[in-house]
Amino acid sequence: MNAMKVTITVDEKPFEVDAHLNLLQACLDNGIYIPNLCYLEHRSPPQASCRLCFVEVGGVDQPVAACTVNVADQMVVRTDTPAVRRLQKSGLRLLLSVHHVDCKNCPANKKCALQDLARFLKVGLKPKHLEQHLKEPEIVDTHPFLTYYPNRCVLCGKCLQVCRSANGRAMLAFAQRGFDTVISFYGGAGSAATACDTCAACIDICPVAALLPK
Amino acid sequence: MNKDLLNQEAFFLDELPQRLENYQSARSQLIPILQMVQKAIAYLPAKALGIVADYLEVSAAEVYGVATFYNQFRFNPPGKYPFKICLGTACHVKGGEIILENVERKLNIKDGETTVDREFSIERVACVGCCALAPVAMIGETIHGNMAPSKVEGLFTRIQIEKEMAEREKQKNES
Repeated sequence: MNAMKVTITVDEKPFEVDAHLNLLQACLDNGIYIPNLCYLEHRSPPQASCRLCFVEVGGVDQPVAACTVNVADQMVVRTDTPAVRRLQKSGLRLLLSVHHVDCKNCPANKKCALQDLARFLKVGLKPKHLEQHLKEPEIVDTHPFLTYYPNRCVLCGKCLQVCRSANGRAMLAFAQRGFDTVISFYGGAGSAATACDTCAACIDICPVAALLPK
Repeated sequence: MNKDLLNQEAFFLDELPQRLENYQSARSQLIPILQMVQKAIAYLPAKALGIVADYLEVSAAEVYGVATFYNQFRFNPPGKYPFKICLGTACHVKGGEIILENVERKLNIKDGETTVDREFSIERVACVGCCALAPVAMIGETIHGNMAPSKVEGLFTRIQIEKEMAEREKQKNES
């Protein structure tokens, strides 16, 4: 079957893309980078929680999260307007304000999504005018095979998603609310259905090394 | 500790799988089920979360995640004397935090926890509606206004005296 194609214009360059794609995927496929943290291909609907993949779409007043809109024919998209960059920088600064920035001692150093984003958006890793808001405790050691670092975690939710696809049910879940939100393994390790000692899906997907094997 | 209460709880948990059959095995039923459990035994023990997770075919972590999101669910049983310390705006300004700390230290538990004998529990609440009496503490439904750190000890003494009085009354009736 021939997939329907549509023509979109991104940053003044025309592209022909599959009509069923969302805008973020279409741009990434064509080598146009849009900052993103929580996006996983094949996840429908998208999580859309990181608030980084903003773009401006012709005819729409406010910037929109690119992962949440489908491409449409003759769509005109701009990825680097001041409004978009401002939102992305603010979003990243807020994420960094609840992140324990200790790159030297972090296993994700140099392959960290936050470092990449900060470089791309030209944001300092230690935002000046925002208070640091760290969680207690620094390390969660309750899982027999995993160690969780709440203050590295950016709560992108990718680990939940890959765990669900690998094991049928997500053995980890968001718990609590607001600033206190963490990833919880509650009761997970006790279940016979999962093999956390051999499956490392959540560790592999984590963009910031918040989940590590023991 | 109240043996009846524990037996009642154990009985409820044994019966829970049958009770759940009144509900569809669908994710959308999760919150109604948790509400039913809490209505019956006043809190959500770990065992109940496990049973519910099995019935709905989701992981225990997901059940826990949903339950921790909502303030209405609690994971520790309420004590016989549930302390509620108000930390609404007025009480916060008047030092409600200090009252909370005092009670926590006295009972050696943190806010949201229950003593092992299930006599006392501590909970923080946001405004009980009598800000003129700030800072306010509640024990059950009884309001204690104009609290001060020095009055915290008095609350416990009062409970102790009331207990002893009830005990004497009981002995008198028996004899």
